[in-house]
Amino acid sequence: MILGKITGNAVSAVSEPGYESRKILVVQPIDPSGMPKGQSFLAIDTVQAGVGDTVLILEEGGSARMILDEPETFTIKAVIAGIVDHITM
Amino acid sequence: MKLGKVTGRVVSTVKVDSFEGIKLMLVQPLDEKLVPYGDPIVAFDTIQAGVGDLIYYETSKEAGRVLETTMNPCDAAIMGIVDNLSLEDAK
Repeated sequence: MILGKITGNAVSAVSEPGYESRKILVVQPIDPSGMPKGQSFLAIDTVQAGVGDTVLILEEGGSARMILDEPETFTIKAVIAGIVDHITM
Repeated sequence: MKLGKVTGRVVSTVKVDSFEGIKLMLVQPLDEKLVPYGDPIVAFDTIQAGVGDLIYYETSKEAGRVLETTMNPCDAAIMGIVDNLSLEDAK
């Protein structure tokens, strides 16, 4: 899993089956100190995260399908799996 | 998933059997501010996106799951058309 910050949301009417009721958020990967690192991407939200939240992102299809309770034929790679309260280093 | 803009169509007659009948589109990856980055890619389209559409796409083996033949060598597929993208400055 990686750390990320929610920077926005995307709304889509035309999408693959199974994506209709899903919340899609824009995520910027960050390092543990909160600095942006790398290219932002889109992820499906499962924990009702909002803009500004630091989140845990899971980037693996099999695990993502398990969280979303979707069959093997469902295409997904990134899901938001948790909201980070704080990080200690 | 990543954001992209459909910039063209790719037509291929001779191709892998599992790719038969599936539309190929040229996609320019965009960052969240819609600034292009990197090289364009060719992605499968099963949702009837058109040239100029802002879309999101998935890469890697996961993309192949949109095709009917689940065991296929597809590595990028358009997942949906973006109607609205709103960004707020990270707090």
